[in-house]
Amino acid sequence: MKIKTLLFIPPVLFLIVLVVNLLFVSQRPDHRINQLIMSSIGDASFLNPILAQDSASSDINSFVFNGLIKYDRDLQSFVGELAESWTIKEGAKPQITFFLRKGVLWHDGKEFTAEDVKFTYDKIMDEKTNTVRRSDYELVERAEVLDPYTFRVTYKQPFSPGLGTWGMGIIPKHLLEKEDINTTPFNRKPIGTGPFRFVEWVTDEKIVVEANPTYFQGRPILDRIIYRIIPEVSLSEMELLTKGIDSYGVSPHQFRRMNEIDFLKIYSQPALGYTYIGYNLKNPLFQDRRVRQAFTHAINREEIVQYVLYGFGKVISGPFPSHLWYYNPNVKPFPYDPQKAKALMAEAGWKDTDGDGILDKDGQPFRFKLITNSGNDVRRDVGVLVQRQLRELGVDLTFEVYEWSVFLKNFINARHFDACILGWGLSPDPDDYQIWHSSQIEKGFNFISYKNPEVDRLWEEGRKEYHVEKRKQIYWRIHELMAEDQPYTFLFSPVGMSALQNKFVLVEDGPAGQKIHRPIKMEKAGLMYDLIRWYVPTQRVMEK
Amino acid sequence: MLQMFITLIGISILSWVIITTAPGGPISLTMDPKVSPKIIEQMMKNYDLDKPIYQQYFLWIKKLFTGKLYSFKDGRPVLEKIWERIGNTLLLNVVAMVIIFSLAIPLGVFSARRQYSLMDRLTTFGVFLGLSIPGFWLAYLIILGTVHLFGYPVLGMRSFVTEGFNPAEIVLDRIWHLLLPALIMAIHGLAGLSRYTRSSMLEVIRQDYIRTAKAKGVPEETVYYKHGLRNALLPIVTLFGFLIPGLIGGSIIMESVFAWPGIGRLAYQAVLARDYPVVMTINTITAVLVLLGNFIADLLYGVADPRIRYQ
Repeated sequence: MKIKTLLFIPPVLFLIVLVVNLLFVSQRPDHRINQLIMSSIGDASFLNPILAQDSASSDINSFVFNGLIKYDRDLQSFVGELAESWTIKEGAKPQITFFLRKGVLWHDGKEFTAEDVKFTYDKIMDEKTNTVRRSDYELVERAEVLDPYTFRVTYKQPFSPGLGTWGMGIIPKHLLEKEDINTTPFNRKPIGTGPFRFVEWVTDEKIVVEANPTYFQGRPILDRIIYRIIPEVSLSEMELLTKGIDSYGVSPHQFRRMNEIDFLKIYSQPALGYTYIGYNLKNPLFQDRRVRQAFTHAINREEIVQYVLYGFGKVISGPFPSHLWYYNPNVKPFPYDPQKAKALMAEAGWKDTDGDGILDKDGQPFRFKLITNSGNDVRRDVGVLVQRQLRELGVDLTFEVYEWSVFLKNFINARHFDACILGWGLSPDPDDYQIWHSSQIEKGFNFISYKNPEVDRLWEEGRKEYHVEKRKQIYWRIHELMAEDQPYTFLFSPVGMSALQNKFVLVEDGPAGQKIHRPIKMEKAGLMYDLIRWYVPTQRVMEK
Repeated sequence: MLQMFITLIGISILSWVIITTAPGGPISLTMDPKVSPKIIEQMMKNYDLDKPIYQQYFLWIKKLFTGKLYSFKDGRPVLEKIWERIGNTLLLNVVAMVIIFSLAIPLGVFSARRQYSLMDRLTTFGVFLGLSIPGFWLAYLIILGTVHLFGYPVLGMRSFVTEGFNPAEIVLDRIWHLLLPALIMAIHGLAGLSRYTRSSMLEVIRQDYIRTAKAKGVPEETVYYKHGLRNALLPIVTLFGFLIPGLIGGSIIMESVFAWPGIGRLAYQAVLARDYPVVMTINTITAVLVLLGNFIADLLYGVADPRIRYQ
């Protein structure tokens, strides 16, 4: 009999543990703590701004480090961070002089000086450093420290996007001078000048930073930020529902159910990028501009946005994201017009002479292959819709999906494709020389081999011009010309959405010096632009 | 032992060939218009990726044994990365193993005791259900279900908002986070092992010595639980060696689903990022674990069944 009872013990024990646990989790307290919990799919790699490439690392680095300057809330011009002000001396060899803020302290108490800036620059330019940032500074001729609070860079030629690259996080010379930058332990426990100090990093679990009491713009009001790593988006949604995280990037199909949750607020904004169909202009099929225009007329982009993105996208007319200053609002997207598309194709010589429903010219039917990469459902769905819409025009196309690395190596980099669906994620600076200039056809990112001498000249001019208003004229003109050329069918800018628990407020100083709580606003530079003034009030009152 | 060593070398060469010939590489996966091709070349050189594949293989072995092996992704020593997480994976696997053995054996024994009874039929049904449900799918269902029922976090090793918890609650919280993934990982093994126990039990009670025991008047229960069970359990014990590979494979999936910071998830991410040093080292460590498991299973066979002897 003994053995029989013995056999019963483990399952009964197991059941007891399970029941106790279920009882425990079913009654959970709800605390309001003055902190922010964010989440990311991937873990960070380097908490060192000059080495980091992934978004998780960049997020943390933006809390811990400062650049000399940063974009303003409209992503149009710059405001000083570690630099209090700066001057630009234009000419054949322009010079930018940064006047640094005095009395800024590293998190370990040492003072920040121009030597640190020079050190950061030198490390980036060092060939042994595994950084991709070096391309940003290739046009720098000389970088020098004039005095502890003045730093000057001289460029080999005028290069206005160069200013923005000084938003790069500055690393401390006194801690890294004797270290191998690629493998130093610093990369896992960084010391910066930023609003938050690094506390701990538990691999693949969380990264914690806390308010820096000596921050030069004042201590952040939040006590700490916890950055959790959750490898699956659908799982972060579960965590959001259990209040295990406070913010979350919402996909279009989730908007409806997220919007119904009473403790969340949803923010939205067009993304810095767009999705397009690129035509290989080396292929004779696509060399006639009228064919490309006809395609854009035949593709119902509003429908695509409606069905693929549930309406959360904006149809664009040119190569820029629609909400920024260099997007030319006077250029309207081609309307969906199948009749006009047919007429344009006929003008270009493509007619259905044999009555098989496929346009042909000189006995050749219009037939090609559209490709995209796997793992991106939006592009896949776009492809299916485009296939149907172009069939209606009388174009016979097959649509195929390839694994990303195969896609890049065998098709895009080999320039061996007819047309592809891809997207660009861009930086706030409009200088997309690498994507469009004809010098980039061979080895650069102009893999569709687009060449228009006037556009080439304008891209060159745009990166030489330092004045925002003059640059705007140039990019608006580029936008006009490229909308005519249609080297891509520019599809849409997706709208990015974030859900945030509505317990957070923005603290502002009132006219009489009192603190006023305001709702958090989405800025063009992102939801977290004013993060250092976020706060979680203990009581639920909020002034409207 | 020598055979094991040769197998290990074979495994490492094979996985080296597979991972390096897979399309893509650690660096070419970025498509950023701001990065010039020249920089990419320089970085390939820094990582020794410009050398022929066989040279890279020897470099990997050399670096592994001199402790100079760094991850491409974050520049940290590979062994340190694995070391800090292997404990988490072992914890999960040990708990899963405990669940498997503590539930499967009673289940198998009782359903063999009353073969073709309602209880036997129910467990048979449950077992086949458990065997045929994909683990990751079940995991998602369970996560969804518990989140909606209890509104309590399930991911990771612990909850993140634990202010105001007393020590007992913190322990309970840890157990809760451990229990779900371990239970789901255990389901396959549980189903298999309980079947195994049942059939082993059924086989044993038809043996002659059981009939002898009954004939000489030993009570039925004693015959069954004492004479029968002991003999039936011996081969079961050795099974654990064969459960190891399945569990390790399962932990790659479960660790990703439950955001559990173990080596399974590390391996998965390293494969996606083509982080060769990490992938190779984890492969090798896993291979060692599996080979060791098989080796111990072989030894246990000898202990359990004196008819098997090793020269």
